[in-house]
Amino acid sequence: MAELVAVIASTHHPFYYRASTATGADRPDFADEWVRKVEAFRETLTRARPDVLVMVGSDHFHQLWLDNMPQFLVGKAPFYDANFYNEEREFGLPRMLLRGQEDLSAYVLREGLDAGFDLAFSNELRIDHSITCPIITLRPQNDLPIVPIYTNIFAPPLPQPKRFVQLGRAIRQLIESWPSDQRVAVIGTGHLSLELGGPRQFGPHGPDPEFDRKAVDWIANGDIEKCLGEVTLESLHLPGNATHGFMDFMLMMGVAGEGQRVDYVDTYDLFHTMEAYFTWYPGGPR
Amino acid sequence: MSKYLLDKFLFTVDRDPELVERYREDPAGTVAWWEETQANRILNCVGAESSTWLAFEEEERAALAGHDYVKLFELGAHPFLTLTLFIGMFERDHGPLEFQKEYARRLAHFSLPYPDIAT
Repeated sequence: MAELVAVIASTHHPFYYRASTATGADRPDFADEWVRKVEAFRETLTRARPDVLVMVGSDHFHQLWLDNMPQFLVGKAPFYDANFYNEEREFGLPRMLLRGQEDLSAYVLREGLDAGFDLAFSNELRIDHSITCPIITLRPQNDLPIVPIYTNIFAPPLPQPKRFVQLGRAIRQLIESWPSDQRVAVIGTGHLSLELGGPRQFGPHGPDPEFDRKAVDWIANGDIEKCLGEVTLESLHLPGNATHGFMDFMLMMGVAGEGQRVDYVDTYDLFHTMEAYFTWYPGGPR
Repeated sequence: MSKYLLDKFLFTVDRDPELVERYREDPAGTVAWWEETQANRILNCVGAESSTWLAFEEEERAALAGHDYVKLFELGAHPFLTLTLFIGMFERDHGPLEFQKEYARRLAHFSLPYPDIAT
């Protein structure tokens, strides 16, 4: 059976690529510290020596649209083109090509359906910055095949928070039952408090530092039940209108398991959002 | 209210560099052309299978034609779509983050709960 060697949850800040590659007067004053933190975080994946990456993210109205919006979608393709014109325009992100792991995609789809998740699938998924940002930060050599899993945290009606946790638990079971000798890491990206297109956007910090502190504690302690007790679809509007991306962090808590404390946690308070990085090693410390 | 159509306009313009420039330079003309020829296009179908019934209401048409992102927020357009398109059109005319912060200031009279964005 496959081995789950790392579970990683991260924010996905699309400005990292531009900030980390900028030079001279264009380089922001926070870039060096940001790079240092990301490189330390990257080492937590490197140490796990994965063969394949299951990547949880969310399309930001790049390919998926309101005429046919899936709640949970699994990519099943030999390759994934990545990043879109408007991400290139606003974030300076490069065009990328990632390799797929179709056997694991097929297994997740078949077994996931049988486990009670009505998963959508795509044989031609162009992925966006929710998945390419963690490749850029955690695996810049882009040398591992991926299984992309998209969640809808963006276009109401959304699934309930508990459904994200349940899917996370199921993903772990599916990986650990996959008849393969591959070493699998799961990487999911989301947000803490975040406001986009609203009156609290682009402040000096995230719109709700108190929510961020609580959220980091929930994740760091694997405190799923406490988190579910405080978070609802309705309440997630309060810390910022884009905070529903936090449900992808909840999915990753489901992968890691109730009460599982993280092996690595770091945060970085940038303008308009709090960056947060978490790693669990299910088989024990690496 | 036709929030879906508002979002469809923002989505289809934001993903197309030529349309972004066209909407920036001629908002009223672009909105009129788009409603006439594009609004009923089903995005993953051939033209012969288009819809027949989609149209803006007057205040929606006026908000788009006026580049009025405050009104679009009030009408429940998806804030991510509105923001990214307007950054794409107007950030270039401002200093770093200047446009984004001004955008927030112009929305400062809104308090929670914000207008519903469900379509």
